[in-house]
Amino acid sequence: MSIKQPFEKVVEEHGRTVLRVCRALLASHDADDAWSETFLSAMRGYPELPETANVEAWLVTIAHRKAIDVLRSRKRQPVPVEEVAEAPTTLGVPDPDHADDGLWHTVRALPDRQRQAVAYHYVAGLPYAEIAQIIGGTTDAARRAAADGIRNLRKNYPGGGPS
Amino acid sequence: MNSPEDLFTTPTNNDADALARLHRKLEQAAEEEGLLDVAYRTVDSPVGPLLLAATPRGLVRVAYEVEGHDRVLDTLASRLSPRVLRAPSRLDAAARELEEYFDGRRRSFDLPLDLSLSKGFRLLVQQHLPEIGYAQTRSYRQVAELVGNPKAVRAVGTACATNPLPVVLPCHRVLRADGTTGGYAGGPAAKATLLNLEAAA
Repeated sequence: MSIKQPFEKVVEEHGRTVLRVCRALLASHDADDAWSETFLSAMRGYPELPETANVEAWLVTIAHRKAIDVLRSRKRQPVPVEEVAEAPTTLGVPDPDHADDGLWHTVRALPDRQRQAVAYHYVAGLPYAEIAQIIGGTTDAARRAAADGIRNLRKNYPGGGPS
Repeated sequence: MNSPEDLFTTPTNNDADALARLHRKLEQAAEEEGLLDVAYRTVDSPVGPLLLAATPRGLVRVAYEVEGHDRVLDTLASRLSPRVLRAPSRLDAAARELEEYFDGRRRSFDLPLDLSLSKGFRLLVQQHLPEIGYAQTRSYRQVAELVGNPKAVRAVGTACATNPLPVVLPCHRVLRADGTTGGYAGGPAAKATLLNLEAAA
């Protein structure tokens, strides 16, 4: 029999990953807000979550929606685009308090779908089928978006050149 | 040179700081939104680390380390609510009163209690335990008489053994008829420590 573990364990096990996902999607201060909103919302719904659910995918799905809410509330949400992926967005500014913010800044400069696919696959470790559920489209499209995102990161991140 | 993929999973110190700050914010927001069904913290004591847990109604569980704090939290999650969060501020008063008790400066507890983990005869026995005054002791038989069921000696033993609030509901003051200490959730040494502490204060 599987019993639902205390919510504190959920925070302990997934808090860091969700924070990194939020930082990949949003600038530092907004990322903190999205994390808070995500875990408060998750705590509200936790008793009803099926015991067999993938908790991390569930949290990332909530974080995805909260990040979109934050962007909308700041009226900086770019028009959704499917494949016109060349023009980087200008979300967020580097924060000197965060040593690794350069990387997140580069990630945040990716087009929406690439940024989301990279965050959910490389940061949260979700399979592409789960990612397609979250961001819409096919599993292959999610895989391509992540591959394109990584290629753009290699090109643009100062320490991330071809190895 | 690190690839971007590697950097995503490299831990940094500011993660830990940020997460500690965000956790405190979550504790506060959960309390304000009425989502904090079970708050808990641990405190150090002369009988080892104690887990303290409270619902909005009051203190619901005190647990010794030998009981396994993780196992106790799992039980609270399944019996009360899975919305269990480490949130020390709800336990401030309980922690303070316990500290005063262990310092010999407090003889009885004045805390809201939630006895929803107990039922029936066990609940009845546990509710009567505070009538055994500080530094006094009773036998299991005397407690059975106290609750009006003199034959229920064995059931009194079970009620003491399943006391969800040891120390606060003083089952440590209930001894065998021959004066030996008998069993205790925190182990016989913990029971002796509490009795000695009360005798010396």
